[in-house]
Amino acid sequence: MRTDPKIRGRGRPRYTNWLRELADVFVRVIREIFDESAYARFLSRTQTQSSPQAYAAFRRENESLKARRPRCC
Amino acid sequence: MAKFLRILLWLCIAALGALALATIALHRGEQINAMWLVLAAFCTYALGYRFYSRFIAAKVLGLDGQRATPAERLENSRDFVPTNKWVVFGHHFAAIAGPGPLIGPVLAAQLGYLPGTLWILLGAVFAGCVQDFVILLFSVRRDGKSLTEMARQEVGRVGGFVAYVAILSIIVILLGAGALIVVNALKASPWGVFTIAMTIPIALLMGVYLRSIRPGKVFESSVLGFVLVMLAIWGGQWVSQTPSLARWFTLAAPTLAIAIMLYGFAASALPVWLLLAPRDYLSTFVKLGTIGLLAVGILALRPTLHMPALTRFVDGSGPVFAGKIFPFAFITIACGAVSGFHSLISSGTTPKMIRREPETRMVGYGAMMAESMVAVMAMIAACVLQPGTYFAINSPAGVVGAAPETAAATISSWGFPVTAEGMHAIAQSVGEQTLFNRTGGAPAFAVGMAHIFSSSLGGQAVMAIWYHFAIMFEALFILTTLDAGTRVGRFMIQEALGHLWKPIGRTSWYPSILATSGLMVAAWGCFLWQGVKDPLGGINSLWPLFGISNQLLATVALCVATTIIVKMGRARLAAVTLVPLLWLVAVTFTASWHKMFDPNPRIGFLAHARMLASLPPSHELAHLIFNDRLDALVTGILMTLVALILVESLFLWIGVLAGRKEAAVKESPFVLTRFAEEG
Repeated sequence: MRTDPKIRGRGRPRYTNWLRELADVFVRVIREIFDESAYARFLSRTQTQSSPQAYAAFRRENESLKARRPRCC
Repeated sequence: MAKFLRILLWLCIAALGALALATIALHRGEQINAMWLVLAAFCTYALGYRFYSRFIAAKVLGLDGQRATPAERLENSRDFVPTNKWVVFGHHFAAIAGPGPLIGPVLAAQLGYLPGTLWILLGAVFAGCVQDFVILLFSVRRDGKSLTEMARQEVGRVGGFVAYVAILSIIVILLGAGALIVVNALKASPWGVFTIAMTIPIALLMGVYLRSIRPGKVFESSVLGFVLVMLAIWGGQWVSQTPSLARWFTLAAPTLAIAIMLYGFAASALPVWLLLAPRDYLSTFVKLGTIGLLAVGILALRPTLHMPALTRFVDGSGPVFAGKIFPFAFITIACGAVSGFHSLISSGTTPKMIRREPETRMVGYGAMMAESMVAVMAMIAACVLQPGTYFAINSPAGVVGAAPETAAATISSWGFPVTAEGMHAIAQSVGEQTLFNRTGGAPAFAVGMAHIFSSSLGGQAVMAIWYHFAIMFEALFILTTLDAGTRVGRFMIQEALGHLWKPIGRTSWYPSILATSGLMVAAWGCFLWQGVKDPLGGINSLWPLFGISNQLLATVALCVATTIIVKMGRARLAAVTLVPLLWLVAVTFTASWHKMFDPNPRIGFLAHARMLASLPPSHELAHLIFNDRLDALVTGILMTLVALILVESLFLWIGVLAGRKEAAVKESPFVLTRFAEEG
């Protein structure tokens, strides 16, 4: 369970909170781009633990989405 | 008081932007600092986003913060997922940023920094960002439908068919041109070939690591892949300096072309997890890191631009590509200002992640501004080079001569001094045998980028490492586009042929996979091969063809957008998409006409074919003549198809405005969002 950022940052200088939020967004962007968030959602949806089998199932499910996604010019 | 301060702030930004634009536009005969371009870009984007995109959002599109998006209504934790707007922004930017905005501005720099920079800024604010924004919003309002589906539903059957053909054509031509850029960057470069060859086993290793060792730890495996790629760059230097090994990796252009075609075929037919996905992750990791690094390098170094504002080649006689500013500068810049390809992303993954309608403005309009900034940085990287060096690298042997002394003398006679010895020294400093006739834009960009990086980090001693890092970055980028594009094209062919014979439409049936992958590779391989065999370097014909097809796809997207705006009953505000549409029609149709029928053999395909036909016949010449005629035919077909969708749209607009046709848009029904209170 993550702490509410407003409570978590209480008592710290404003720029520290801002930097923390920036880092948090950056990590979330990276996790989304690299499909780590998608994998976490898959594990949550299927109520499974991370394992080679679970990842293989995730990849199978996402194969058609990933393969049909063009990379831009 | 706060309102007064806000007005004052925006007046200051406008004044600063005007000063920066005046500086880059009016300075003649003296060099300017690159920071003027950066400042002009920031101010233009800030004003465009704050005022123009806000006007479009409020008055034209009527963004509705109360309306639930498909990500919310159809949420399934797979593709429909309501996502934080900054995360969607990053995801969308990573998807739209490709090699185009890096290559186009480098080629357009032959006209000087002014025409390209102005079009990158104005084209993005008034056309490219608008296209990405409106298509994203319209797709959001239609459950994330693709451009082809929207064209079929809102314009008509012809619109849907034209969008399909335009998308397939642009993919084929893009892959051919991209592969040629890689070939030209890697030919006779054992260091570069070794580094890029190593990315294939590295990607395979990442695939296995992800699947069996640390499932799902993509960032971790990408860091590992990046470290291995850096080791490969370091190892490449050793390979290039070891004659027995260098021999194996010193490849001629035709050999490289065949290797790339085989790679494209394999990547399309192998399972996604094994090669395509890990390469994609690695490429994205390197891409985002390098773009960030380049921005930091430019800001830290604040380099001087050595290229003049305008060169003598504005008359259309340029060695890099032939043709006058209008229309060829616009065709060449392509993705840095407007990219039709973005409409595929804006109507693909992104609309399924948007949490609230108003966020489409930041994601659609904002991400294209970031892409345009990348194009400005590419322009800076090209223009920090001495013009003589720039032209020596980018001019084909067919124009300046193959011998270094001849090429240097020709380029110097244009008023851009360069010597064979000077070019040899630069080539040595970056670990290459020669930099003459390295057309395609990638080597020039790499030299410029290495110059910026080595000036701010590591000095001349690491110039070669930075150069090969830049080459690796571009080649990795393009090859990822190539393997993903081949696979996407394969699916499109399978779906189309599946209507004729059902089994071929089964995407998991191996004979169908092999046949359609082969068909797709043969299609772009044909363009690659003609580029490799072209004495003018290939880029002179392929890049304009790519630019035309890309801008024609943007024409299709803007046509669909204008139709929807007219049907929404906001025809008097349709100018926001209609004006860029008319501009693109003027640019693309003029360029297409010139490429087909211009009497100058360096511009017109048919004139070039006639010139070749007047020479003593040979097998080689017959091939070149066939290529010219094929290029003219492809250009003509694309132009005709887009004319068809224009005519169909025009009849529809007139019908709707005259009240003869129903003005019903095919939007999903309104559902109140649960995120409304966040507004």
